[in-house]
Amino acid sequence: MPSLLNPSRPPVFCPGCAHERSLHALDKAFQQLKWEPHEVVVVSDIGCSGLFDVFFATHAFHGLHGRALTYAAGIKLARPHAKVVVVMGDGGVGIGGAHLLAACRRNLDLTLLILNNFNFGMTGGQYSCTTPQGARVASGFLNTLEPPLDVCRTAAAAGAPFVVRRSVYSADLSAKFAEALSYPGFAVVDVWGGCPGRFMKANPLSPKDLDVLVEKAGLWDGPVSGNERAEYGAEYARRLGAAAPLWDWKGIEPRVRANLCGRHGAVFLGAAGERVLSAGHLWAMTGVWAGLHVTQKNDYNITVMRGPSIAEVLLSSEPIDYPGIEEPDAVVVLARDGVERMGDVWRELSPRTLVIQSADVPVPEHGGRTVVVDFKKAAVGRKDRAVASLGILARLSGIFQIEDLIESAMSSLPPSQRDATAEVLRKGADVPLG
Amino acid sequence: MGLTFMDGNEAVVKAAVYAGCRFFAGYPITPATTILSGMLEALPPLGGVVIQGEDEIASIGYCLGASMAGLKAMTATSGPGISLFSENISFAVGSEIPLVIVNVMRQGPSTGAATRGADGDIQFMRWGHSGGLPVVVLAPTCAADCFTLTVHAFNLSERLRVPVFVASSKEIGMTRETVDLEAVEKPPVVDRKIHGEGPYLPFAAEPNGIPAFLPMGGPVPVRQTSSMHGPDGYITTNPAVMEAMVERLKGKVESSIDSFSFYEWDAQETASTLVVTYGVTARSARAAVSRLRAQGRPVSLLVLKTLWPVPEKVLRSAAESVRRLLVVEANLGQYVHEVSRVVCPKPTHFFGLMCGRMIRPEEIVREVIRAESS
Repeated sequence: MPSLLNPSRPPVFCPGCAHERSLHALDKAFQQLKWEPHEVVVVSDIGCSGLFDVFFATHAFHGLHGRALTYAAGIKLARPHAKVVVVMGDGGVGIGGAHLLAACRRNLDLTLLILNNFNFGMTGGQYSCTTPQGARVASGFLNTLEPPLDVCRTAAAAGAPFVVRRSVYSADLSAKFAEALSYPGFAVVDVWGGCPGRFMKANPLSPKDLDVLVEKAGLWDGPVSGNERAEYGAEYARRLGAAAPLWDWKGIEPRVRANLCGRHGAVFLGAAGERVLSAGHLWAMTGVWAGLHVTQKNDYNITVMRGPSIAEVLLSSEPIDYPGIEEPDAVVVLARDGVERMGDVWRELSPRTLVIQSADVPVPEHGGRTVVVDFKKAAVGRKDRAVASLGILARLSGIFQIEDLIESAMSSLPPSQRDATAEVLRKGADVPLG
Repeated sequence: MGLTFMDGNEAVVKAAVYAGCRFFAGYPITPATTILSGMLEALPPLGGVVIQGEDEIASIGYCLGASMAGLKAMTATSGPGISLFSENISFAVGSEIPLVIVNVMRQGPSTGAATRGADGDIQFMRWGHSGGLPVVVLAPTCAADCFTLTVHAFNLSERLRVPVFVASSKEIGMTRETVDLEAVEKPPVVDRKIHGEGPYLPFAAEPNGIPAFLPMGGPVPVRQTSSMHGPDGYITTNPAVMEAMVERLKGKVESSIDSFSFYEWDAQETASTLVVTYGVTARSARAAVSRLRAQGRPVSLLVLKTLWPVPEKVLRSAAESVRRLLVVEANLGQYVHEVSRVVCPKPTHFFGLMCGRMIRPEEIVREVIRAESS
């Protein structure tokens, strides 16, 4: 097989740069595997390793610092047959740490070559996450305070199924590259080499020195026991369908009648766990079944099981512009949490507003018309109050017949909830009012 | 006519599928999360891929890779996520990677109020990426707009090879409302132009033109780079090549603004005031305008649905016959600077709130009267 190097862009690394050895070893591995230029996508990072994509005549994707693994994953998921190779330096490992961990955990079939030269060569030799504590670099004393990251141990701990560490002078480097490239999963190769332009000026590093360092850090040879498992892309593919989208633009044909001309805004003030939003949805859906225009806004805390739960439902015989409720037609008071969240609205209420108030929930002084409901006496539990209040609201507002509410519940709710909901709605409609 | 009860985020999902989106990556964030969950329900059965990224940076990175591999891609987030997208947005701008970004805005700054709406990112979406080259921002007012404008967003992103924002908000994305889906405008779907015969230069195009596309991983090797490049996709520092490139990136978006200036102009002949607004505030403005007219006060209304590039012709022509403008926005004054720049020297008044609730129709009524008596 011919070389996959780019004839129009010969390598321009500094004399003696470890990256150039890696470049030729990678090209040799491509040739050994008989891969063709169009089959391969080289995704490179920022820094001197980021020149790699230019030197190959393959697909080439050069992106932002530390993010190469994210682009590579997008390409691989979109084109599962592409052979995607990511090249980054130790700088990319540091800035893109979250992506390295995610890639190890995910096990998508990508090959990652880390050209580890222990410093940021391109910007002047600052320390990176792999700089030895004893090295002299362009970051003053900072590197002496932080131990270097062991990339291989990190990758293995995060679940990488295939991890290799080699000196760039290692005789089997291209053979190891080829193994990594053909491994069906996420394969990491941590290649240690010197940066003659920066790091090696103050830290001499002969091939022999590198061998010693690599041996001390530990040679990694490939498959990681306990981490080998099904490849992500193949597993994802098993969950994919091949359906064509089905378009149904038809909405709900009106099947019940509403007695409403103009707008009716109802606010349900409750607490988490009282099915306030579901009750609001049922009230809204009954409006939809009646052919009304409807909006529903909900308000609740991020702690979904505690705090206020508020639903605002606007029904209208005309299309709705402003989807807020300026002056509610009905306020349904179910719990203190909701009352407090409503704040100053209380002061603005006029007799136009019907306030349906649970007997055990105090409200601030207001100018609305109050109807008190003793849910306890009517044997309506906390979780059923909101739904039961719909029966009361239907009865007092006259907008819906109770049978229509029940019909809407039957049409919108899962079968398991239908009968119980119908019973609560009936109970609400029959509850004695104070 | 049957109605469907849906929120803006559901409409975005439906539109994305309709427009041919087959890749989505996102990170959960209120109030945009239901787009992620909706896409996860919608795409895999159709063979499309949905990824929950390890963060927002990864999410947009996955999308850029997938888009360059030929899939229509979308991500969705809110203000804090747009901040993290920034560097990759400039990548998509400079390297002409089609992408739809849905920003379901929430009240800021910073973490802000996750469950409260606002339109605080209007200048941020335009300028919040390095280099300052243009993007497209479309602003829906309701769930139906979310459908139509998301389809337009895909079409523009594919046609112009540029990131396109859908500037939704909590008040649109998470408010359910009845929509007549049969009547909703469904623009025909546009795909990116594919390179035909002959040698392929990935960024070759006429001035103001758009390069033809070939996918990463396809039969012809393709070069893509975040670095400043020439038509061949190789790094360049040649000032003439760089100038041609950045001028084209600007011109390709701004020169075709007339073909995607979306707006609603409700003009009243004798009106002396034009209310200009966008987003959910437009709905308060519509209500305010009908109330003012019912009181015998003529007033005109311009609802902009294309915010960037600024549809200057539309603004100028709507402002022509009025004496003053009132810009109303759910922030402390952002787009008003564009409006007053375009209609200068006509007086431009401003009313804005960013306090976690919608601007009320009565407040706009009051501000129109105040402006007219000032």
